[in-house]
Amino acid sequence: MTIAPAGIPEADPPRLEMRGITKRYPGVVANDHIDLDLRAGEIHALLGENGAGKSTLMNILYGLARPDEGEILLDGVPVTIEGPSDAISRGISMVHQHFMLVPVLSVADNILLGAEVMADPIFLDRRKANRRIKELGDQFGFEIDPDAKVEGLSVGWQQRVEIMKALYREARVLVLDEPTAVLTPQETKEIFAVLRRLADEGRSIIFISHKLYEVLEIADRITVIRRGKVVGTRLPSATDEDDLAELMVGREVQLVVDRGESHPTEPILEVQGIHAKDDRGHETVRGVALTVRAGEIYGVAGVAGNGQEELVEALTGLRRPTSGSVRLDDQDVTGAGPRDLQRAGMSFVPGDRHRFGMVLSFSIADNLVLTQYDEPPFARGILRNDGAIDEWARRAIEQYDIRTPAADIPAGTLSGGNQQKTVVARECSRNLRLLVLDQPTRGLDVGSIEFIHRQVIAKRDEGAAILLVSAELDEILELSDRIGVMYRGSLVAEMDGPSADRETVGLLMATGSRGGGGVAANDAPRAA
Amino acid sequence: MTDPEAGPSAPASGPGALPATPTEASREMGRSTLHRIWALSAIPMAAVALAVIVGAVVMMASSVVIGGSFDAGLPVRAYLALLEGGLGIGAAQPENAITASIVNTAPLLLAGLSVALGFKAGLFNIGATGQFLMGGLAASVVGAQFANADPLVAIPVAVVAGAAGGALYGFIPGLLKAVTGAHEVVTTIMLNYIATFTASALVIGLLRAPGFTFDRTAAVSNATLPVVFGRDLNLGVFLAVAFVPITSWLIWRTTLGFEIRTVGANPSAARYAGMSPRRLIILTMSLCGLLSGLAGAILFLGEIGFYPATFGTAIGFDAIAVALLGRAHPVGVLFGALLFGVLRAGAPLMQIRAEIPVEIIDVLQAIILFFLAADIVVRRLFRVRAARAGVDEIQTVTRSYGEQAVR
Amino acid sequence: MEILYDIPILGLVFQFLGYLVEVLPRIAPGILAGATPIALGAMCGILCERSGVVNIGIEGMMLTGAFVGYATASVVAGMVPDTAGTLVFGLTLPLVAAVVTAVAASVALAALHAWLSISVRADQIISGTIINIAALGLTSYLNRLVGSGLGGGGRFSEFEPPPALVELPVVGWIFEAFLAQGPLAMSVIIIVIVMQVLLFRSRWGLRTRAVGEHPKAADTVGINVIRLRYRNVVVGGVLAGLAGAYLTLEATGTFQNGMTAGRGFIALAAVIFGRWTPIGALLAALLFAGSERLGVSIGLRPPDGQLGDLLAGIPDQFYAALPYVITIVILAGVVGRSIPPAAVGRPYEKESTA
Repeated sequence: MTIAPAGIPEADPPRLEMRGITKRYPGVVANDHIDLDLRAGEIHALLGENGAGKSTLMNILYGLARPDEGEILLDGVPVTIEGPSDAISRGISMVHQHFMLVPVLSVADNILLGAEVMADPIFLDRRKANRRIKELGDQFGFEIDPDAKVEGLSVGWQQRVEIMKALYREARVLVLDEPTAVLTPQETKEIFAVLRRLADEGRSIIFISHKLYEVLEIADRITVIRRGKVVGTRLPSATDEDDLAELMVGREVQLVVDRGESHPTEPILEVQGIHAKDDRGHETVRGVALTVRAGEIYGVAGVAGNGQEELVEALTGLRRPTSGSVRLDDQDVTGAGPRDLQRAGMSFVPGDRHRFGMVLSFSIADNLVLTQYDEPPFARGILRNDGAIDEWARRAIEQYDIRTPAADIPAGTLSGGNQQKTVVARECSRNLRLLVLDQPTRGLDVGSIEFIHRQVIAKRDEGAAILLVSAELDEILELSDRIGVMYRGSLVAEMDGPSADRETVGLLMATGSRGGGGVAANDAPRAA
Repeated sequence: MTDPEAGPSAPASGPGALPATPTEASREMGRSTLHRIWALSAIPMAAVALAVIVGAVVMMASSVVIGGSFDAGLPVRAYLALLEGGLGIGAAQPENAITASIVNTAPLLLAGLSVALGFKAGLFNIGATGQFLMGGLAASVVGAQFANADPLVAIPVAVVAGAAGGALYGFIPGLLKAVTGAHEVVTTIMLNYIATFTASALVIGLLRAPGFTFDRTAAVSNATLPVVFGRDLNLGVFLAVAFVPITSWLIWRTTLGFEIRTVGANPSAARYAGMSPRRLIILTMSLCGLLSGLAGAILFLGEIGFYPATFGTAIGFDAIAVALLGRAHPVGVLFGALLFGVLRAGAPLMQIRAEIPVEIIDVLQAIILFFLAADIVVRRLFRVRAARAGVDEIQTVTRSYGEQAVR
Repeated sequence: MEILYDIPILGLVFQFLGYLVEVLPRIAPGILAGATPIALGAMCGILCERSGVVNIGIEGMMLTGAFVGYATASVVAGMVPDTAGTLVFGLTLPLVAAVVTAVAASVALAALHAWLSISVRADQIISGTIINIAALGLTSYLNRLVGSGLGGGGRFSEFEPPPALVELPVVGWIFEAFLAQGPLAMSVIIIVIVMQVLLFRSRWGLRTRAVGEHPKAADTVGINVIRLRYRNVVVGGVLAGLAGAYLTLEATGTFQNGMTAGRGFIALAAVIFGRWTPIGALLAALLFAGSERLGVSIGLRPPDGQLGDLLAGIPDQFYAALPYVITIVILAGVVGRSIPPAAVGRPYEKESTA
């Protein structure tokens, strides 16, 4: 039944075995009799959609949850893992998707937290600790300053600190949860090299991802999980993206929605020389200029952290640009607030829907009028019109297929996809000139993604101008009529959408230039 | 950052869990209105019941000191006296007690609404005392100025002055919070102390009315609130009660109320929706101050008639208890205010008859608040399957502690 | 020197400075003493907030400790023969017993707050407010019930530093300020230094700070967030209890309803002002106490000349209100720039464990 990884000596027993792992939560079986085995020196990828059960399985492995059925064996011996410290002491370390680093503490403090180097029962021995960390860094080829504060490090370096945490604890099994989600393609290449090296040394790695092409590149074996069950194990040489996608989703996936032709007319959004600073005062938007016309979708591609967030906030009134101009429908709206922009015909689907897009404790109906609550017919002067609100809510729920039995229950009870559909319903239902979407389908199931993409295209065909900002290259390529690539705060390239190719855009996102060379400057962290 | 893998929020286990799925929520909402009232008021009522019991225990323990020996019957005598003094049950002239209770309740109702309105915006208005004092002082002083004018002019002017004084004193911490991020919990408490000192200094100095043996302002005379009913029920009572529907209307039927609730529930979303959290915080704190100032106005214009330099009050804490008991809902606040109005009115008789110090009401109040916060205890004891008690709606209050200026 | 005083307007500043220099040696011991409850309360606040728990209830804990200490001292003093004055600091059994019970009472309240905040996950500010209301109510009630029967159990007396130190020129007054204090006031410096060192150099301190900034990260490396928070809040209760004990067993020998008068909240401002460091908070506490003492001094012995005339018209209430005003000014001016532990106020929910 098990498919053996190529090129890996088959020691018996395998380093890690998870047999028949089952975990139930109220209303859902998160893991359904899952079998997984891992050999020494192997990189084993765990592939699955959001919600498939990968994180639950790894939480069980790391001691953050206990299985209802099944067992875990390390080197053939059944073990019960009591909690994270127990897992760590057994050589299992986890590198989480959202870094578990304390920003204001130093690299050394973060690596050693929980396994501190002591001078005596009370006080830390910082000098010895720093020495050990420097040794560790040398061992793996990165120069690291133990006293640098983590909050000042780039994302790629923060991840290295996370990995060092695991290595410091002599991990024999490393679990990496979506490690490349926040990396540039260049950083991804570097991390893959590190992982290869670790594997060659004999460590075992579980690599969780939903990115098909990466998994094919790095893994020795691939296990696909869908709805809590293992649906297949493959060798990368014996499979391809389509096969894996079908396993992941369970049906033939239409990976691309038919975009159709765009017929752009007059410019709606004209941005010139925009500069903006982030919350810490660093300039992250350095002179961006772009134009979006009615009837076209302009996609802004770029790895997260290159200024897109601040750019979007500057264009939607949530942040004041430090210079530059923004014109909407031929009106100057530079520095205008959200209210004025909405009146001028702008709608915005924010990237963080829980924080900005909706109020979870309010009813679905109230959320459906969140940005129009004081406009007729929902209100007349200061008085709200509940009848009109309920009427609209009923229509929206039907039209946008929001799965809920009623409109007056809290929006927090909806699933992620339905919540986002609520936001999209609200923003798309106005007479808008410009629709701005920021990471509109992050974390959503395939069904919802398809639905929202169709809505966006429909809006474009109605004549709206659409600005789409997304870190998902696939989404950009699928929807955009024109593409702009953001790198380090400026738009380094603009191109036609339908004819853009993946590699070029990817390279631009990673390095800011099209051709070879352009390696990112050495940004090894130093204490200030 | 939201966890993409989490679909519907994972249901909390145990009794009284929040609805996790739309169908669950719909089912809960679909239950009859009576059921919903029960669900909302179960915990506060249970908290009061438990407090009565624990209070009885405290009284029994105190009996050792009071009478010299353990007296298990003391709580019974005390509570009976409380009922007589507060509701007139068993009294020769019950209307005296009832009037006293209502007179106690009216300012407390307004102050409770003040705190409750703050909660709706995610603000914790502990400054009701200071706003009450400033409003009362303003009303007394302005009333005294109009002491000889036509009552039809004097009364509204004095009342408005009281409201304005309170509003100004609520505006200050609101402004501080909006512009500098200074958390209203500490600033309003500081302002309470400052109000006491300021009022005292003013009445001893500038505003002192000549001809009296102690420091006080002049009588308000024609600005006194007229008695509308019976012996003591003055206009202030009706004014206070009128604000219950007014506040409800404001919170749920107006766009301003929607803005206030949004800022309280999610300030980021409020900004996104085009609202200005800064403006709303300032406005809401001012409104809170207005309500408490009004409370002061009706007390001084209706009952006392002047402002003595040494005036002190703990109405602010009572108002907090009332607002929490009423789960920040105006109608709930009404009931909470009635409860404490009766308790405070009945306490003196209880002290006379059973020799229990009036401060026992503070102890009862503390016990009630404890059970409200520890609703989990209440729910287990009574097996109540209600939504989490009021304090959870007010989770937002701590969120802004230490945050920087509101954008 | 006097010439500077005569400059219009600016001269007033010089007069004020001159007055300060003249008056400081006299009021310095009082400043340190007055800073004691605020500093101890601030240490409690730092301990709690660095771990991620907002503790608004310091005021209530102090008040409870004050009352319980006073009551215990009275009761015990009634049971044992009078031995006051024989030991250093005037140590007697009643006083020592009183400190112990004061601390115990405060710890009980701290445990309650910890339970409500950490396990029940109630809103922490409301939990703290409930403790304040409860403390005020209970102590007032008990005071009314039994207060007249309590006669007090004496108070700690100040240490008498050797005259050789005190009479040194220039620096003598500093020695006097620090050493002519009762035991609780003297302990403040030690406590502050110990906390400062432990917070930044010990394993406990590192773990505490991690838990207050990013509890999830600490959890995933095996640190027991819940237990650490409980322990720190309870230890914080000890410090608040000492602050309360100071009020009734060292500063005065009596109890009055509500005698903490907002010091617990001023302590919170000191925490923010000191950027959550013990030494910073101590400096802030000295500032607050200093402003109050200065006010009293101006009232009793006003400065001469122009400045004195100007200040004569200011009513006493102004100086009484001064610490509260300064608190607001500090909060308004500093809070935006002073960044608290990132996870403060947010209850920690562990991932579902089986």
